[in-house]
Amino acid sequence: MPEQPISLKLTAKDFKSDQEVRWCPGCGDYAILAAVQNFMPELNIPRERIVFVSGIGCSSRFPYYMNTYGIHSIHGRAPAIATGLSVSRPDLSVWVVTGDGDALSIGGNHLIHALRRNVNLKILLFNNRIYGLTKGQYSPTSELGKITKSTPVGSADSPFNPLSLALGAEATFVARTMDSDRRHLQSVLRAAAEHDGSAFVEIYQNCNIFNDGAFDQLKEPATRDDYLIRLEHGQPITFGKDGQFCVVHPPGAFGLEVRETAGVSPEEIVVHDATVTDPAYAFALSRLAEADLRHTPMGVFRSVRRPSYDSIINEQLSTARAKANGAPEEQLAGLLTAGDTWTIM
Amino acid sequence: MTKQVRQLDRVVIRFAGDSGDGMQLTGDRFTSETAQLGNDISTLPNFPAEIRAPAGTLPGVSSFQVHFADYDILTPGDAPNVLVAMNPAALKANLGDLPRGADIIVNTDEFTRRNLAKVGYTASPLEDGSLEAYSVHPVALTTMTIRALSEQEVSKKDAERAKNMFALGLLSWMYSRSYESTLAFLERKFAARPELVLANITAFKAGWNFGETTEDFSVRYEVKPAKMKPGTYRNITGNAALALGIVAAGVRSKLPVFLGAYPITPASDILHELSKHKRFGITTMQAEDEIAAVGAALGAAYGGALGITTTSGPGVALKGETISLAVALELPLVIVDVQRAGPSTGMPTKTEQADLNMALFGRHGEAPVAVIAPRSPSDCFFAALEAARIALTHRTPVILLSDNYVANGSEPWLLPEVADLPDLSVQFAAEPNGPQGQFLPYLRDPETLARPWAIPGTPGLEHRIGGLEKADKTGDISYDPQNHDFMVRTRAARIDAISVPDVEVEDPDGDARVLVLGWGSTYGPIGAACRGLRQRGLTLAQAHLRHLNPLPANLGEVLSRYDRVVIPEMNLGQLAHVIRARYLVDAVPYNKVRGLPFTAAELEQMLEDVVKNA
Repeated sequence: MPEQPISLKLTAKDFKSDQEVRWCPGCGDYAILAAVQNFMPELNIPRERIVFVSGIGCSSRFPYYMNTYGIHSIHGRAPAIATGLSVSRPDLSVWVVTGDGDALSIGGNHLIHALRRNVNLKILLFNNRIYGLTKGQYSPTSELGKITKSTPVGSADSPFNPLSLALGAEATFVARTMDSDRRHLQSVLRAAAEHDGSAFVEIYQNCNIFNDGAFDQLKEPATRDDYLIRLEHGQPITFGKDGQFCVVHPPGAFGLEVRETAGVSPEEIVVHDATVTDPAYAFALSRLAEADLRHTPMGVFRSVRRPSYDSIINEQLSTARAKANGAPEEQLAGLLTAGDTWTIM
Repeated sequence: MTKQVRQLDRVVIRFAGDSGDGMQLTGDRFTSETAQLGNDISTLPNFPAEIRAPAGTLPGVSSFQVHFADYDILTPGDAPNVLVAMNPAALKANLGDLPRGADIIVNTDEFTRRNLAKVGYTASPLEDGSLEAYSVHPVALTTMTIRALSEQEVSKKDAERAKNMFALGLLSWMYSRSYESTLAFLERKFAARPELVLANITAFKAGWNFGETTEDFSVRYEVKPAKMKPGTYRNITGNAALALGIVAAGVRSKLPVFLGAYPITPASDILHELSKHKRFGITTMQAEDEIAAVGAALGAAYGGALGITTTSGPGVALKGETISLAVALELPLVIVDVQRAGPSTGMPTKTEQADLNMALFGRHGEAPVAVIAPRSPSDCFFAALEAARIALTHRTPVILLSDNYVANGSEPWLLPEVADLPDLSVQFAAEPNGPQGQFLPYLRDPETLARPWAIPGTPGLEHRIGGLEKADKTGDISYDPQNHDFMVRTRAARIDAISVPDVEVEDPDGDARVLVLGWGSTYGPIGAACRGLRQRGLTLAQAHLRHLNPLPANLGEVLSRYDRVVIPEMNLGQLAHVIRARYLVDAVPYNKVRGLPFTAAELEQMLEDVVKNA
């Protein structure tokens, strides 16, 4: 992102468009919108250089409410459209807003390819584990056996774990946060914005109409401390009201496991390091959560450096341009007459 | 011995062999040598989709036909005068196209019992008298090539592979071609392996000398240069011309070019070519699929680039939803469809014109786009510029319908002066356009009805667009019934407002009662057929459409002047359907879908019937 030495003195209000926000009352999207609008001034990027691109779905109405540039595009295709924009306009800050159906079902292909290419996009996936705009069918993140309008006797599909999927595509930045925790959400947005390359952020978002309370265990005072694992870079991974639980990597095991802190020696507790190059570590973290949301990590799972697709492509362009001689018209004339030509008098 | 030299006005040669025999390369070199001599040329490659079908089988036969003449020609020729058959399969696959008396040069080394059996010959056609109607020249091409290279440091396999150069040398001698360009080409191609340069040049010269000395070839032919317009020429295929047209569109619009593409036959060569021209500010992205390819191009167009996607029919089907979005967003976008035989995978290396309906109507909702088609390989250059002009001026998707015939065929191209190419410069919106100082993204230019192209990075013009129906002027989401009706009609009016030149009618006698109307790649065969009929004293008029949407304003008047309108197409009558519906003209369709271009002869025969019965 280009340097912005002078403070633009923007406020959240500057990022509110004149459009009436039309999500259902009580939708988690309101909280996310407010958090994003509040966070945007921190970027210190002029509004005209920010673009929000979305697909289709409730969350994809997002761009209409941001007073920046924006496209509300086609179901699943936002990463592809945003890729063309980002690559051809490296001066822009391009954000993709998508949902679980948009990103993981119809648009699964574009998502994984954007991530493996490491396109300089900030991808916010609002995961409410349901199709909202089409009124309540199960989504690719709905639990196995989920009863919905289209699965009256229970869904037969095993859900995607969005973070595992992103990590499988070797995304360079992978994080999870939640609609109801603005401070955490904004801290994750901050880290995502600072990342050069694709930043994938899963945001647990409550759909109070079709899947109300999907993430309540992570929000209710009675359960949240024992269910939610907060990841802090450089800190031992412990959780529970009194830190009574921790994450360890048992010898001989493939992944990570949860133990009672009292039962292990302090050096056995995994110290979170988001910069581990091997995606296996972050993948193991992404597998900790159980179907009932027990042991759900929140925070930045992975943040590693790899040249972005944009930077590679633009370097190829500037290298080729540096070697070229003459005005474009002259170069074109040279190109047309390249190869075997003959002249008739 | 002295060889007789005979003058010919035109020759059609077909090189045919196994997919691995290098026939495309051989034909290409022969074409280049011929172009250097100033003959007019037209070529037609014909190859299987399989990269290497089982050796020696009929499905594995690959061929390259070149037609050259001392006058201007319009097609690669209906029937070859000469067939070079590198194996029994090549002979069998092509024999049916040969007229009596044609020369056949066969590589006898490949006429083994096993190879003959592979294609169902029980006896060798070289010996059983079945080729009596032809002039057969049996040549032990492989043996002689290996012998010529016996002193050289090349493997037997490499020596054997040089046999196509032996054949090229022989044909180059027969038709008095100049071979300097081929020798230079071989030096470039094998620069990293000098032993192969030497081997191929030696094989070429051995073939040439064989022609000179053997008694089997008693005649050498000459074809005088054609009278062509003065200027500098190069031989070019449609795909290469189209790629150069895109480069030119970038230069003349001063915009960066963004090509999103997914590999697909027969369009991939455009991606290959454009990926070499980054110095012109051309970004090529090989996307994960057809949808991403057009999506990325549209995203780049939103950002102010000339967005292009290249594909074939199956790809256009996948891109439909994004093209519809581009219709709603009213952004410039060029979609190149190099048509191939369908439906489904169809015959990927064979030609057809059956995507016209899809281009015109193949989207959900009322989603009109501009549609144009090139008429010949070199015309692909100008068609690409025209597609860019319409897209940029009118902020609309444009579908360019090329096809495998023009894409892979080649012809001499009189190179244009860059300064003569159209100026495609555009004006991005720079400031608010509304009465209260606000920005109205859907406030239109009164003439073109195009909306402002306001690209991100422009302060004060922040706005949101999308696929939901938009209110007139503001672009805000609108479900208002009147507004939707207005917007649908406006999007149609926008396409109708595109300035399109009148269709020109060629009617040298001025009293024709029959008009033959075509579009796209049928221009050559239709033109050749008309010429043939006129030479025989019949009168008919020819008109050829470049713009298929909108159609030229004078087309209705033109059609009304004739008693009969005939429309030959390589589909089941798609343009004819449009013409009948639009102008209430009882047009006569003539349709063939064999994956091959029309021959001039069949069109001539068909048109003769129509003219005589008109």
